[in-house]
This record gives sequence, structure tokens and C-alpha cells, in this order.
Amino acid sequence: MSARVHVQEADVDIGAELARLEALGGGGVASFTGVVRGGDGLAALHLEAYPGMTQRALEEIAAEAQARWPLLGLTLIHRHGTLGAGERIVLVATAARHRGAALEACAFLIDWAKTKAPFWKQERFTDGTSHWVEATAADETVAATWDASAEHGRP
Amino acid sequence: MGIELLYFAWVREAIGRDGETVEPPAGVDAVAGLIDWLAGRGGGYATAFAEPARLRCAIDQQFAPLTASIAGAREIALFPPVTGG
Repeated sequence: MSARVHVQEADVDIGAELARLEALGGGGVASFTGVVRGGDGLAALHLEAYPGMTQRALEEIAAEAQARWPLLGLTLIHRHGTLGAGERIVLVATAARHRGAALEACAFLIDWAKTKAPFWKQERFTDGTSHWVEATAADETVAATWDASAEHGRP
Repeated sequence: MGIELLYFAWVREAIGRDGETVEPPAGVDAVAGLIDWLAGRGGGYATAFAEPARLRCAIDQQFAPLTASIAGAREIALFPPVTGG
């Protein structure tokens, strides 16, 4: 199992990351890219991380995915710093022998990364104002469905 | 022995600093009590900690409930619910 987990300011080379996973000998690679949503006067999105803790929290989420699904490899790269509209925030990608494990593990990884890793988003607008994004109950609910899945012995 | 406090996001902004070392008085046992004690300083602390329900914490870089004991903690981070991804 080959896991690449990083917190970084730099952009992510998606082609290289997917190629690495495709070369692991499985039959399926799934990926999710989170991108800064533009519009409504947004100038930039600032992502604050917790140095020391954020990397380890992502590694724990990756380890949980590896424990639940028969993955050949995964990539979980989350950026921090100030990002413009259309810029990548996060890449999650998984490789498995079959698509089911790859797709499910990919969804799990992004759902947990949103709710169990210490990042905070601040929206900065063209008029000079800014505000901290509020966590949503919907994200918590989605993440919690994977808790329930674990109790039922999934996968 | 002091506890290293770290503040993130709007908690950091309200207080105006990203952390400090504190020595809570006897009787402050849990994170919730620590928050009450800090809020009692007034000013930005009172603003940041006005609604404990909006706060989350980590003790020594592991998420913990606000009811968790601070005994033996070296580093406690106080922050809003996370919003990554």
C-alpha cells in the first residue's frame, strides 16, 4: 500500500499523482479535486492549518481508509495559504483492484478530510471584507454516515 | 507547569494573538473551565469565548471534547469547527 499524504502551499500535479496510482497494477483509480468556488465577489480563499497536527490528522484519515478498503495506493494532498478562484484546494485519489473500493474510499477520504482535519477557510471579497466559513451540519451528517457504515461491518 | 495555548481562525483574530502560555488556577479542571476562565479576562477573550458551543479543541494535537480534563496537557488549541476540504 502506497500512501502519499501532504499539507502544502504548492499546487498539486494531478496528472503525476494519478499516473503514480495507475502504475500500481490495479484496475481502477478514483479521484476528487476540491476547487475554490468563484463568484459572489470572492477575491480569494484563505486556508489556515494547524502546523504539526494537520499532517498527522490527514495521515490518520488515510490509515482509516486503508483499514476499511483493499487499496493499492492513495493520495491525499491538501493545500493551505491564499488561493484564488479556480485554484485547487485538495486532491484525493485512490487505487484499487476494482472500482467499488476506489470510489468508496475516495468519497470517505474527502468526507472525513472536511470534518476531521484542522483547517479553517476564510473567504476574502473584492470589497475588502472577509468572513470565516461556517461548518455545516450537512458535512457532519455525511461524515457520520461512514461511522455508521463501520458499525455495520462495511466494507 | 504552564500550558501552551494555541488559537486559530476567528478565535485567534478576536484575541489578537495566535497563542500564549498560561497557568490556570486550581479548580480549572476541564477545557470548558479553561474557556470560562479565559473569557473572564474580558475584551477579545470575552468575544472569542462568548459561545462555547461554537468552539472545538485539541489537547496535545488530538481532538477532544470541551469536557476533557486539562490535567497533564502540554498544548491546548481552541478553534471553531473545522472547514477544510
